[in-house]
Amino acid sequence: MKEKLVVIGNGMAGIRTVEELLKVSPETYRITVFGAEPYGNYNRIMLSPLLAGDKTIDDIMLNDEQWYVDNGITLHKGKEVIEIDRVGRKVIAADGTTEEYDRLLVATGSTPFIIPVPGHDLEGVVSFRDIHDVDQMLAAAKQHTHAVVIGGGLLGLEAANGLMQQGMSVTVVHIMDTLMERQLDVPAAQMLQASLEARGMNFLMGAETEAIIGKDHVEKLRFKDGTEIYTDLVVMAVGIRPNFALAEKAGIHCERGIVVSDTMQTFDPRIYAVGECVQHRGVAYGLVAPLFEMARVCANHLGQHGIGRYVGTVTSTKLKVTGIDLFSAGNFSGEEGTEELVFQDAARGVYRKLVVQDNRIKGAVMYGDTIDGSWYFDLMRDGTDISDFRENLLFGQAHLGDSGHGDDNRVVAMADSAEICGCNGVCKGDIVKAISEKKLFTLEDVRAHTKASSSCGSCTGLVEALLSHTVGGDYSTAPHQKPLCGCTEHTHDEVRTAIKEQGLKSIQTIMTTLGWDNPDGCSKCRPALNYYLVCQWPAEGIDDYQSRFINERVHANIQKDGTYSVIPRMWGGGTTPKELRAIADVAEKYNVKTVHVTGGQRIALYGLKKEELPGIWYELNQAGLVSGHAYGKALRTVKTCVGKEWCRFGTQDSTHLGIELEKMTWGSWTPHKFKMAVSGCPRNCAEATIKDFGVVCVDSGYELHVGGNGGIKVRATDLLCAVKSEKEVLEYTAAFMQLYREEAHYLERTAPWIERVGLTYVKERIVEDETNRKALAERFRYSQKYMQADPWQARAEGTDKHEFEPLKVVAG
Amino acid sequence: MVAAMRENWIDIGSLSEIPRLGARVVRTRQGDIAVFRAAGDEIFALRDKCPHRGGPLSQGIVHGKRVTCPLHDWKIHLDSGEAVAPDEGCAASYPVKLEGDRIMLSLIPEEGCPNQ
Repeated sequence: MKEKLVVIGNGMAGIRTVEELLKVSPETYRITVFGAEPYGNYNRIMLSPLLAGDKTIDDIMLNDEQWYVDNGITLHKGKEVIEIDRVGRKVIAADGTTEEYDRLLVATGSTPFIIPVPGHDLEGVVSFRDIHDVDQMLAAAKQHTHAVVIGGGLLGLEAANGLMQQGMSVTVVHIMDTLMERQLDVPAAQMLQASLEARGMNFLMGAETEAIIGKDHVEKLRFKDGTEIYTDLVVMAVGIRPNFALAEKAGIHCERGIVVSDTMQTFDPRIYAVGECVQHRGVAYGLVAPLFEMARVCANHLGQHGIGRYVGTVTSTKLKVTGIDLFSAGNFSGEEGTEELVFQDAARGVYRKLVVQDNRIKGAVMYGDTIDGSWYFDLMRDGTDISDFRENLLFGQAHLGDSGHGDDNRVVAMADSAEICGCNGVCKGDIVKAISEKKLFTLEDVRAHTKASSSCGSCTGLVEALLSHTVGGDYSTAPHQKPLCGCTEHTHDEVRTAIKEQGLKSIQTIMTTLGWDNPDGCSKCRPALNYYLVCQWPAEGIDDYQSRFINERVHANIQKDGTYSVIPRMWGGGTTPKELRAIADVAEKYNVKTVHVTGGQRIALYGLKKEELPGIWYELNQAGLVSGHAYGKALRTVKTCVGKEWCRFGTQDSTHLGIELEKMTWGSWTPHKFKMAVSGCPRNCAEATIKDFGVVCVDSGYELHVGGNGGIKVRATDLLCAVKSEKEVLEYTAAFMQLYREEAHYLERTAPWIERVGLTYVKERIVEDETNRKALAERFRYSQKYMQADPWQARAEGTDKHEFEPLKVVAG
Repeated sequence: MVAAMRENWIDIGSLSEIPRLGARVVRTRQGDIAVFRAAGDEIFALRDKCPHRGGPLSQGIVHGKRVTCPLHDWKIHLDSGEAVAPDEGCAASYPVKLEGDRIMLSLIPEEGCPNQ
């Protein structure tokens, strides 16, 4: 017998919770939903575009009535619940409909605040909250010409814009001297006002309404200073209040909203509440992003999984007026002890202000070009120390989404045929279509359905921008603490800590101990867990090959046709006639289709059949060639120039140093691929400043550079420090690699890792703390004792034979 | 006729020859067939060609009753050969069963999947 769950409120918060619940525990409840409005569940955020005529009701409908049928949910639409009987555990609607519950979810949202001036109840005075309000406004726009919107905040301006699009002459009345004062500082607000005025919107600033005047229908507005303005429609958009009257009447503890715990439970343990009607840790939210996080947590507890806490949301704001880009987050006005970084280009209509305290972003206001908004927002939420890139901060995240787009970052202006995702060939039109038709809300949804930004990820910023322009608001805002994968609530860091502190030594133990949702995980978490185990317990011989990606499982690189490539190691990029002869012999004997020189100074053989690999490796081994690990999340190559042995500019023996580095580090597994280079002089022919670890030799010694990469988003290294001797280079390299191995997340390269933790932190651990550096280097060397066995030799001798042979060849 | 041939089980090897959460390939004239061994020693057989771009499913990571294609990360249901939604497509599924420790495979694919 299923338990009964009743949901009061058919809005975004309630239904999102139901959707999350169906995902995690589809069989737990028989679900009944009450909705006061006569519709299915629609996207309230999109009322502005609905009013402006950019969208239709169908466009903004999230779950039509069939959805409720398909999921076995009883929907009482157009029925307002008027009583919760907590003793009898039932709810009663205005028409007498009664439903009993085992668990109750209250999601009654919020109500618009109506200023109680005389005449506020006249016909022609509306709020802006639901489809009914929009219908009234649209009807008014057909018959009348003059509209007044009271309230120069986000909602008021969107309403005013919509009415203007419907052909009305609109005046915005605002009590303050600048618009959106809760989101914008004065310069941004003035730019916004100027831009709206240029479109024909009128403003009465600093105006306080005294009365709304009219016989039956509104005719004019009178202000405190005695002036009047004629109008046919008044839209009150001065704010919203949590709607908790029903809950309060039932004796549930309420303050400014229904008070809930971190599990979204009210003071009555059978009753949960989510959305704009709740007050959590003293805060009531009026935006969408928090509600999504609340829904996930609430569903998890309703589904009796008991994992996850809602800890509050840092919110950001965007204005949904076509052609105006505006972003605001956090404390944008500053206070004692904060500093402001400001960029203003009036001619281009661009303004950016960041409020910084102790080198951390506390707030941001952007006007005109907001593509970097999500980046600033991430830096703010993560509390990232910005001192390392402070001088470039205002110019944005360089090359964001720049995979063939040049400067054309303004997604809205892009043609539908413009390619957004260069890896998977996904155009803007495809993405917008999928978002609208399939009702996608999150970046993950868009990735699953369109593949856009799911490969290299460089177009993530563009996809997020499209998402927020298509569905509005701050939908794509990901939860602050990202779980490792869909199988768990735990983050990478939490999992690593558990492995270390609880001595977990197998993937199965980790999954059991930490309560994985899927018994053998997924293709995302298993390789990560395997790496974390190998890294934490090098001597234990833990390594689950079935949890490794094929390349690392067979020590070769799979190609698009299912054949493999083979790249032997050439220490420091050097080779010998004997090695070249062996490679040539193998290439001829096995009919290698392509011989190619790689960017890391190696020779690659392409088009080899899997069965041939052990034989090829045997022959390469005979000439002294071993695996180059070109297939692995591992030390790849150490590239060098010829240095002072030959070059007239060389300052040190870069080739020798490169070979030493490669001999020390080969065979080590890392969170992502790891590349090194050594250049013999500052001319830097080995391109050491775009490697994970680069050494640039100078006359006085060696400069050590970290965190660079070529590829998707070119990032030049940061200078870690300079040292005097080769011995020190080796020690610093080992320490840096070990710090990266122990602390970066799986599949996080050194560049994003350093951006996340800050160069200052890396310097503290390695340069300034000698004891720690030596300990890290020692742990690296200890691990290497167990890692440096040539995997090719082992396989040439018969290890994992099953991997390289068919199970059976049948004639049929 | 089809029914008769379906009786035509071929012994392709023993369970222990396939690693748990792994796969092996059976070479046939109609192309490679991937034979998977899931966690509970359940056996599945699919055409070794991802419906997306033909990637060898036998080389993927097996998790639950699914395999992730090594080329572009599509997930395929091992029991039906269907791609996990929202992706669409399917790899032909072949009847396979265990007789004691022996794995028996039929070379007549189940109907309903165009990926032949």
